[in-house]
Amino acid sequence: MTTSTPRSPEAAPLLELRDVEAGYGPFRALFGVSLSIPPGHVVALLGSNGAGKTTVARVCSGLVAPTAGKLLFEGNDVTGVRAYRIARLGVAHAPEGRSVFASLTVEENLLLAFRVDLGRKLAPEAVARAYELFPRLGERRKQHAGTLSGGEQRMLALARVLVNPPRLLIADELSLGLAPIVVEEVYRTLGKVRDEGAALLLIEQHVKHALALADDVAVLNHGQVNYYGPASELGDLSERLLPAASNGSHA
Amino acid sequence: MTDLITYVLRGIPFGCVFALVAIGLVLTYKTSGVFNLAFGAQAYVSAAVYYDTHVRHKWPIIPAFVLAVLVFGPLVGLVLDRLIFRFMRTAPHVARLVAALGLLVAIPQLVNLWFGQSPSFGVEGIWPSSQGSNFAVYHFGDYALNGDQVATLIATAVVVIGLTALFRFSDIGLRMRAVVESARMTELSGINAGRVGTIAWMLSSLVAGLAGVLLAPLFAQVSATNFTVLIVAAIAAAAFGGLTSIPLTLLGGILLGVAQGLLGGYLPPASVLAQGLRPSLPFVALFLLLIFWPSLRNRREVTDPLAGVDPPPPGLAALERSRGLTWATRIFALIVLAIAIPFVLSSNYWLLLGTEAVILSTIFLSIVVITGMAGQISLCQATFAAIGAFTTAQLVSNYHVSVMITILAGAAMAAVVGALLAIPVLRLGGIYLALATFAFALMFESVLVPLDWVGGGANPIKVPRPKFAGIDFANNKSFFFLCIAILAVVSVLVIFVRGGTIGRYLDALRGSETAAQAIGVNPTRARIIAFSLSAGIAGLGGGLLATQTGIAQPADYNSFLGLFWVVLVVTLGSRTVEGAVQAGVAFYVVDEILKRIGINQSWQPILFGLGAMTYAKHPEGILEFQKRQSLAFVQRHLDRMKRRGAPAEPAGADEAGAVAPTPAQPSSERVGAD
Repeated sequence: MTTSTPRSPEAAPLLELRDVEAGYGPFRALFGVSLSIPPGHVVALLGSNGAGKTTVARVCSGLVAPTAGKLLFEGNDVTGVRAYRIARLGVAHAPEGRSVFASLTVEENLLLAFRVDLGRKLAPEAVARAYELFPRLGERRKQHAGTLSGGEQRMLALARVLVNPPRLLIADELSLGLAPIVVEEVYRTLGKVRDEGAALLLIEQHVKHALALADDVAVLNHGQVNYYGPASELGDLSERLLPAASNGSHA
Repeated sequence: MTDLITYVLRGIPFGCVFALVAIGLVLTYKTSGVFNLAFGAQAYVSAAVYYDTHVRHKWPIIPAFVLAVLVFGPLVGLVLDRLIFRFMRTAPHVARLVAALGLLVAIPQLVNLWFGQSPSFGVEGIWPSSQGSNFAVYHFGDYALNGDQVATLIATAVVVIGLTALFRFSDIGLRMRAVVESARMTELSGINAGRVGTIAWMLSSLVAGLAGVLLAPLFAQVSATNFTVLIVAAIAAAAFGGLTSIPLTLLGGILLGVAQGLLGGYLPPASVLAQGLRPSLPFVALFLLLIFWPSLRNRREVTDPLAGVDPPPPGLAALERSRGLTWATRIFALIVLAIAIPFVLSSNYWLLLGTEAVILSTIFLSIVVITGMAGQISLCQATFAAIGAFTTAQLVSNYHVSVMITILAGAAMAAVVGALLAIPVLRLGGIYLALATFAFALMFESVLVPLDWVGGGANPIKVPRPKFAGIDFANNKSFFFLCIAILAVVSVLVIFVRGGTIGRYLDALRGSETAAQAIGVNPTRARIIAFSLSAGIAGLGGGLLATQTGIAQPADYNSFLGLFWVVLVVTLGSRTVEGAVQAGVAFYVVDEILKRIGINQSWQPILFGLGAMTYAKHPEGILEFQKRQSLAFVQRHLDRMKRRGAPAEPAGADEAGAVAPTPAQPSSERVGAD
């Protein structure tokens, strides 16, 4: 585990939420969420269904604008900034469920992203590297992404961030609906992404996996942060905060 | 054989233009989800600009073409996207359709303000030739094409190849395809989806402009009607391509053009079929395609995985009114009636207008039923009114039945036709329902209305005023009261249906069709009844209108007028009976005001057409919205006064409608919160 705690003042956070309130039309999902993700840290966001985890992820990537509070990227106020601008700052968000373009081919999915990130010239090279990492994708390059299996779709989403690591990867239920063996592979890949220097915000049902990778844990309950601290200190609290999901096992 | 090929050749350029407009339509539909019914109107803008510069002001071809197609085409798209449709990305389909309908009504009128109402002849094409593009003839063996036709073929080939290449190979093409699937996810890749959408709009509008300039010489005139009807042929071609495939769309357009050419060549020109069927071929094709074409019926939508990000649109079903507003409305209605009736009775002129407003309100109640209650957009309400009117007229003139009975028979006839039409059409739902009803309206108008046994052919049929219970309604005053009585009866009927089982079923279906079916609501049955009831009410109103004017005049039930009716009612408020009455009155009042203050009357459709844009934000209607605001405002003031212990003022002014929204809490007042 790392030495710095999430609230230590010397570590300038990569992304910070300050008292964020957000919702959908008349429905409010978040009631004053504060969270900061230091560079290179892995933060696991845990909580029961409907606690607001996905909304936190969407606020972080700019998909949902906060109705109150602030969103800061490296200390700069990015509250209400459109999602594509935040993406260009180096925030990658793999949304819950399908996170690839089903109607584009595998190759087009990769090209679309790499052309934005790296420019037209470097994109084909990056695509080739993605195929090296995941030969399966290379075999299916002309196939529509919608016809890939669930695991292959996650690989496609991860190939992009692995070839060109973002500053922050928001992974929303990346292992949902996958076979256990594929989940292992997804986590190995996430570990590689972290090793490349990216910070991670993990939203996960598989608490054990998430805690194994996480430096810090944030527990969300009814749209509010219940606990935020090092994963190693969660221990005693886990029983109370995660009555349903955890049996107290962590790294 | 030579004839055949000549006819085919003659049809292909038309087909190409249909295909061009259709391709533009598919392009916007795919990238923005807007089924842009105003596309033909956009083509008209460019055609008018080209005509004005090149023919009227003698500009050379190239600058005129650049201005009309390359500047004005994309510009219109840019304006529409920036000012209107970018705010509607998350709006329900119906709202976007209403907006497009509004534009279809408003754009041609706006252009006409500057261009002139009457069709302009002596059109020049874009083919450079010293004799004029029309007369430059090129021979290919036995066959000949003129310059305009050649230009059309070349332009279509360029557009089709260009767009296909764009989508296959270019960056922006790839981005457009990504935006089609999910604008949100495209943004997560760091792409400005709004800008991609704007570019798509500009590109498709460019295609529309090109089609307009190419089409004008083929029609040999520039007139708004030609271009607005063009959209139907284009939709048919687009439907053939399943609203996605560009090559199939091209094929569909060409097939349609060729079929029209063949019909024109082989049918004896004077026959009824030639006069009715040939111009209506696109309508028939569209109607049949919508109902039978499998790729439309079994469409699989690629869903946006991030659709949940958007706040749920204000649901039509969630618009409960406060009891206070209903009471305020009733009191206000009595006050208005007390003032209005003596005024209307004061002169024959006002009496005529008043009676027509009452009849129109009755017809508009049919829109309340189908759109306000059932949540479907039907564009053939004018047709049902026409069916009512013609049935009335035919029965009276041929069988000398009493007029009051024939009016009821007309309503019954319209209701039966409505039910029959509903069975195939209602399955479609959403925009397809709107398109199919519009195709039906145009089909009815061009095929059936000219027949002697329907519309009376060249001589519209006279309809006398009814006479019963010892009263001769030839007297305008008594007829006025008869119409009010009928309006009252129909209103009560609508209110009862809304509160009854069918009304609740429809409410449930509007909220969630799946959920409604899960609790045992039969959606087809409920909707067929609503559709049929709505058709019957429209038929009743149509019969009354014919009786009022004394003649069943086809022009009174024009299908484009019908479009305007829908726009008007939906904009002002389609949920309530009073909404229909307001729309009926507004139709004449606004016209009258414009006339009095000396403003061109085409501003009436322009105002209401542009007003339709508010529908996305206020599906309950702007008047209804204003009323709720005013009532809330008055109530707040009353509360404040009570707290201060000051005597409360009478709440008479609450219905003024136009009272400015509260300045103090502009955002806290949410639709549906009251």
